Amino acid sequence: MNAVAGPGGIGVLDLQGGVQEHLDHLRRVGVSAWPVKRAAELDGLAGLVIPGGESTCLSRLLTIFGLDEAIRRACGNGLKLWGTCAGTILLARENVGETPSLGLIDIAVSRNAFGSQLDSFNREALVPAVAREPIPLTFIRAPKIVRVGEGVRVLLQLDDYVAAAEDDRILVTVFHPELTPSLAFHRYFLRKCGLNPAGADDAGLDPDWTPLSWTRFTHHV
Amino acid sequence: MAENRYLLNAQLAQMLKGGVIMDVVNVEQAQIAQEAGAVAVMALERVPADIRRHGGVARMSDPGLIKAIKEAVTIPVMAKARIGHFVEAQILQALKIDYIDESEVLTPADEDCHIDKTRFEIPFVCGARNLGEALRRIAEGAAMIRTKGEAGTGNVVEAVRHMRTMNREVRQLATMPAEEIMGFAKVNGIPYELALEVKKLGRLPVVNFAAGGIATPADAALMMQLGCDGVFVGSGIFKSSDPVRRAGAIVRATAYYDDPGKLLEVSMDLGDPMPGLDVANMPNEDRLAGRGW
Repeated sequence: MNAVAGPGGIGVLDLQGGVQEHLDHLRRVGVSAWPVKRAAELDGLAGLVIPGGESTCLSRLLTIFGLDEAIRRACGNGLKLWGTCAGTILLARENVGETPSLGLIDIAVSRNAFGSQLDSFNREALVPAVAREPIPLTFIRAPKIVRVGEGVRVLLQLDDYVAAAEDDRILVTVFHPELTPSLAFHRYFLRKCGLNPAGADDAGLDPDWTPLSWTRFTHHV
Repeated sequence: MAENRYLLNAQLAQMLKGGVIMDVVNVEQAQIAQEAGAVAVMALERVPADIRRHGGVARMSDPGLIKAIKEAVTIPVMAKARIGHFVEAQILQALKIDYIDESEVLTPADEDCHIDKTRFEIPFVCGARNLGEALRRIAEGAAMIRTKGEAGTGNVVEAVRHMRTMNREVRQLATMPAEEIMGFAKVNGIPYELALEVKKLGRLPVVNFAAGGIATPADAALMMQLGCDGVFVGSGIFKSSDPVRRAGAIVRATAYYDDPGKLLEVSMDLGDPMPGLDVANMPNEDRLAGRGW
């Protein structure tokens, strides 16, 4: 857990939120994955996941020790980024009614667009670029992507909003693939990072995953 | 509650990990907490230190106040219901807040029964002093646990005691031969299936925050190093001399809990912490942690 990130591995921004869940999924697809808390730990990474959590909290913590500038610089140098839920809010260039944070992808997001926790939900959808079969999606106090700019491809449109999109450097999903047994989006991100994920069937659910798999990456005393 | 709804509720708590949940008594404090980087606010009429001072019966806050706070922030809003007061919980669910804390800080409404949380769609967090208490609440439907500590004292000693007790009991279970588990479950009032789950995981099967007496960035980092997943700060922020600075410092200390250099940096020049209370000589009737079982 505290090991140093190796070259070509994937980092998970470890300031707050669903860090262990992403580490668990990334290890399942056979890639070296490490928590990242400090600017120096970005060196040599192929990709960085910005997990779900609370976007105001994450945006404050990003600025305090200069991680925001380091991530912008690394992205300019080829680091691929993936934001889930709050991570999408942080990466968006426009955040309706709020100040944008990293502002690295030309989309507009509306924060907490579905309502309270009682409006959180699961559903399934086919995302043709990512998997051949429909995959389970988990939305928790999710934002909506309400506009995508030129150069941004829509991966999944649902009802009145975009749920997943990407440009050449950045993937954004307003839902949480790391909270489901589906590894499809993690494999997709690894391919985007130029890595070869384990497992041929990209639509497959991991039979060994449980809702408590994340606990193996927590700090046991 | 359907199984997928319970899972969504436990997963919201997962998204709060590594964060600080702050008690707030008005819209202005809620906005300060959000700006400082709180992952959620606990909306209430009085912080625990004032509940202690006022005495009398402490009840669910006026829903009008909770509603105003809900409208003022985008982060999750929690509110407290009395132990066993399932109608206060029904009202809070109708208000569509994000999480209910069935809390010993309020005066219990039922000394025998906690709320049957499985009857609700909304998630619950409950306090616990040890593994058995935590697992009884989970069996009743709680999607998140917190240590009870001793709220409103600014004294972290009870939160440490409760966290160490849980850790010790988890370790005992983890190394226990199978034939001893039923006896351990019996003595500690633990549902057997949950004892097996804890043995397998080596930890609680839900997110576990520390609460009750956290007043400084060092307190927050101490609880994180003791293995909790995040912290609640009740009176500790808005009863200090500089809430804005202290709130931000505790958020940073919780994120960088294992980095003494950064803890040093964030601990400087914060003004006076809340005044503390000695717990060792506190009479039992003043202790909030003894409420509920």
